[in-house]
Amino acid sequence: MKVLSEIDNGNKVIIRRIKESSLRINLLEMGFMEGKSIQVLYRAPFNGPIAFDLGDYVISLRVDEASLILVELNSEIL
Amino acid sequence: MNIALLGNPNTGKSSVFNLLTGMRQKVGNFPGITVDKKVGKIMTSGKQHSLIDFPGTYSLYPRSVDEEIVYSSLSNDKSADYPDAVIVVLDASNLERNLLFFSQVYDLQLPTIMVLNMTDLAKKRGKRYGINEIQKIFPESVIVETNARAGMGKHRILDALSKLKKRDGDKFLFDSQVSSLDDHLAQEDETKKRFDLIKKAILLIEEKKAQNDSFSNKIDRILIHRFWGYLIFTLILITIFQFVFSFASIPMDLIDGLFMNFSNWISSCMSEGPLLDLITDGIIPGIGGVIIFIPQIVILFFFISILEETGYLSRVVFIMDRLVRPIGLNGRSVVPLLSSAACAIPGIMSTRTISNWKERIITIMVAPLISCSARIPVYTLLIALVIPNKIFFGFINLQGIVLFSLYVLGVLSALFVAFILKHIITVKERGSLMLEMPEYRSPNFRNIVFVLLEKVKLFVWDAGKIILAISIILWALASYGPTDRVENAIENARLEFVEQGYTNNQIEKQIALVEFENSYIGIMGKTIEPIIKPLGYDWKIGIALITSFAAREVFVGSMATIYAIEDDGGENKPLIEKMRKSKRPNGAPVYTLASGVSLMVFYAFAMQCMATLAVVKRETKSWKWPIFQVLYMGILAYLASWITFIILS
Repeated sequence: MKVLSEIDNGNKVIIRRIKESSLRINLLEMGFMEGKSIQVLYRAPFNGPIAFDLGDYVISLRVDEASLILVELNSEIL
Repeated sequence: MNIALLGNPNTGKSSVFNLLTGMRQKVGNFPGITVDKKVGKIMTSGKQHSLIDFPGTYSLYPRSVDEEIVYSSLSNDKSADYPDAVIVVLDASNLERNLLFFSQVYDLQLPTIMVLNMTDLAKKRGKRYGINEIQKIFPESVIVETNARAGMGKHRILDALSKLKKRDGDKFLFDSQVSSLDDHLAQEDETKKRFDLIKKAILLIEEKKAQNDSFSNKIDRILIHRFWGYLIFTLILITIFQFVFSFASIPMDLIDGLFMNFSNWISSCMSEGPLLDLITDGIIPGIGGVIIFIPQIVILFFFISILEETGYLSRVVFIMDRLVRPIGLNGRSVVPLLSSAACAIPGIMSTRTISNWKERIITIMVAPLISCSARIPVYTLLIALVIPNKIFFGFINLQGIVLFSLYVLGVLSALFVAFILKHIITVKERGSLMLEMPEYRSPNFRNIVFVLLEKVKLFVWDAGKIILAISIILWALASYGPTDRVENAIENARLEFVEQGYTNNQIEKQIALVEFENSYIGIMGKTIEPIIKPLGYDWKIGIALITSFAAREVFVGSMATIYAIEDDGGENKPLIEKMRKSKRPNGAPVYTLASGVSLMVFYAFAMQCMATLAVVKRETKSWKWPIFQVLYMGILAYLASWITFIILS
């Protein structure tokens, strides 16, 4: 398993687990849930926020928010 | 019937609100908290209903101050704004996430209308969904499809209102109940269960042809680029401020002239007396002082709302977040600070979208350091007075550079103070961004008009009443003084001037000046003179500093009043000439490069705006923050102008 913030742009991943944190409920409500397949779209300059395609919409997270999410590369799609 | 309008952000909820209510909107407050409550009237089959626009939220459980009102109004049937029915707006192209909130609301057992909005976008994305299938899952709701941006669906919603279904206990999540606010585990558990059910439901209702919108993606590659992204944002800013500063002056001069004529007209209609003075010197300039800012506020928010409507603003937040984080701000702070260049009041109010308390409070604390439009008349007058009109290299105007530097000074000090505050304010709460990046689309003119109307109303009402009240108080303080003192001073002055052989006309003018000097405000000016002397100011400037608490631009009016009654040998010279000739007791001019620049620096930093303070009090729900703001900005202003004065003299 890898941390979402370390995945390169363009890759598709499946969310496996979200680390315990006060933000977990918010991530969940935004659609970051276990088993969901998402794609890393692009990053803001200077190690800024990262944008993710959640299928029907795009959400961006700060690096430390994205690092709460553990994922697996979706190698079937690659 | 009270109807609540709910929905996720970016679902076109405000388009639906505008579509349903048109011009019949009012902005008020939810009881006890600061969130603006937009209420509109709708008429259907002869009955009038109130539609309350609630802030957009992703779930019933709040993440920002804005969203708390949704939870507190809906989770308790005794709350003041508990509705009789709800309309939930959903983005039809994004049902999965939108159904989370919808299903939470559905389970509250209120009569519910589901509005599937943005049907055009769903079609564009190749999405098809079965209304019958959705109806089967939420049997006790009424479902309508709309495309509110294109103005379509009003009658369908009105029609649905007359077909509201009674609730018979049907629930989406069988054992659902509203969790308490701090019970995150229960909320997580509920959210997971709901999403599991939604996933199954989506299989039944939705059919999607794989299709990606690459248009937004391609534009984004440029707009968030590490070079082009920032360059484009800078160019947009320059364009906006060009409009705000050059083109707003035309309507502003017009308003200024209108109020002046109006005041003269009233004087010619009424007999002299305190009432006339109150109207022509207190009330009319007070109202004029509010109205005159409307052009700049309208222009600035016109651009901001275009950027917001197109979806560009969320990209600005995206590329700015990392840059402003080291100084304790959030990417979402950028727009409030930008708005503060027109007026800190709408700027501070728009910080509500920042969910982190610390980032929000820092934004509020530094917003008034950004030079607002009320400072422009002050800067303009002083620059013309003390800065030579020199041109370098054929096109760089020295006066322009000074004005620009004052703005830079404001921005830099805001960033600097934010950095300091970041280390002073400690909170455990974790900051977060979690920003939705909506697809690009063309702006909707109708929505922009409504935003502008709302901002202007907000400013005129919130700032206006305070500016007007203080204008009247200041007028009274300037017109009256302790009776004995005033009479004695006038008597002495009269004797002295008669002895020196002045003409009657000159004596009248001198007496007016003496009267003013001994009015309450004159006494106040004289009292603070020793304190402001090190900055290069005299008691007349002291008066202007005090009166500026109504609004900074009152400085110009006060100066005009003070110097109007100064003797100018019968010629009606413009204010600036009189100020230029003004001398200290030792014969040196009052307005030199040193004292003039020091005064500008003072205005750049000092918190001289009661209306903003009132809003800060309202937004932070405590006196602590506005008092802190007055103190830190006051100290900053004093020190900075003191140093400026020493260096330049």
